[in-house]
Amino acid sequence: MTMEILGLSLLMVGVFVGFGLLIGTLFGFFGMGGSFLVTPALLVMGYPSTVAVGSGLAFVFGTSVIGALRHRDHGQVDYKLAVIMTVAMTVGIEAGKSVVFFLEATGMADLVINVAYVGLLATVGLFTLRDSWTDSSNDGDTDTDLADRVQSIHLPPMVTLRGGVRVSGTIVFAVGLVIGILSGFLGVGGGFLLMPAMMYGLGVPAAIAVGTDILQITISGAFGAFTYAQSGAVALPVVAFLLLGSALGARIGAGATNLVDEDEIKGYFAAMLLAGSLAVASNKLGTVYDIAVLNTLSTVLIFGAALLVSGAVVVAAVCRLRSDQTGRWCRLTTSQSD
Amino acid sequence: MFGLETLSGSAQAAVTVGIVFLQAIALYVGYGALTRVAQPTVLDALGGE
Repeated sequence: MTMEILGLSLLMVGVFVGFGLLIGTLFGFFGMGGSFLVTPALLVMGYPSTVAVGSGLAFVFGTSVIGALRHRDHGQVDYKLAVIMTVAMTVGIEAGKSVVFFLEATGMADLVINVAYVGLLATVGLFTLRDSWTDSSNDGDTDTDLADRVQSIHLPPMVTLRGGVRVSGTIVFAVGLVIGILSGFLGVGGGFLLMPAMMYGLGVPAAIAVGTDILQITISGAFGAFTYAQSGAVALPVVAFLLLGSALGARIGAGATNLVDEDEIKGYFAAMLLAGSLAVASNKLGTVYDIAVLNTLSTVLIFGAALLVSGAVVVAAVCRLRSDQTGRWCRLTTSQSD
Repeated sequence: MFGLETLSGSAQAAVTVGIVFLQAIALYVGYGALTRVAQPTVLDALGGE
């Protein structure tokens, strides 16, 4: 008889704690990201799509509670923005969730969610990759252009946000609604969409975007997890072991931010997103055409990518700690060192 | 699991979210204490020299 903890074999406990550790390291370092690998990982491992999405949301909620505790001293929150976003995202999450359960009834949920995931991860990955290549040369002219254009649309009611930003409340609501739908549909916290949307789309200052983002994700993650849990679609033991690893990883990642510049690792991060989209795609193809090697490939891709990027963060941090820029491993991760 | 099956859907969901919330706080506090105790040792060990 194999030993089990909370109904999971010791091996699975190790996998979830280990995967949580990797994801937490990424979250602690980049302040976002990584958690949206949970739902694809659970899909790849054969969990039903509702459970993969519901557990992903519960994990996002737990992670953001930890993030909120960490930022509580210097978090700047724009409550007006938070309220509009929360209401819009709550409506959006409900809508997104209804779509998932409807698709599940028609038997198409796995296919549609997988395809949407591939598209989303690939898009965000390509943008991040472009961002990491053009970071030094251009100072975000196009980003400010977009925010200026959005702010110039006078669709009532107009709201004034902290930092003197004046923007259409209707547009804020619409942005929140779309992110909410994606969040409820894919089980992602929306953080990696919300923060760029607030900063680049609405022109909110970074410090306020981060604080508002964490508050927002905590609330919408709780709500999302609650609605999925009502249908019994949250695998609590899975979430518990993921959190056990990620909370420790978040400490490691946060420690690394004092030593390593985020831009040095950004390329790896983009690669991880692209690998994630490849993983979901090859898993789907493998299942449809019954090719076992594609399923193995997707598992290797998703766990390998998380391992590679969090490994790069840790190696870069250790290299800085030792002031070593010549070792083989150190040269790989600290290429842009000053 | 955790005796949750006996509760109604919404109560069960609220307890599920509550468990995740409490676990997150416990982990934050627990790992915080661990970090304070172990950090100097770990940094020394990693720092080489």
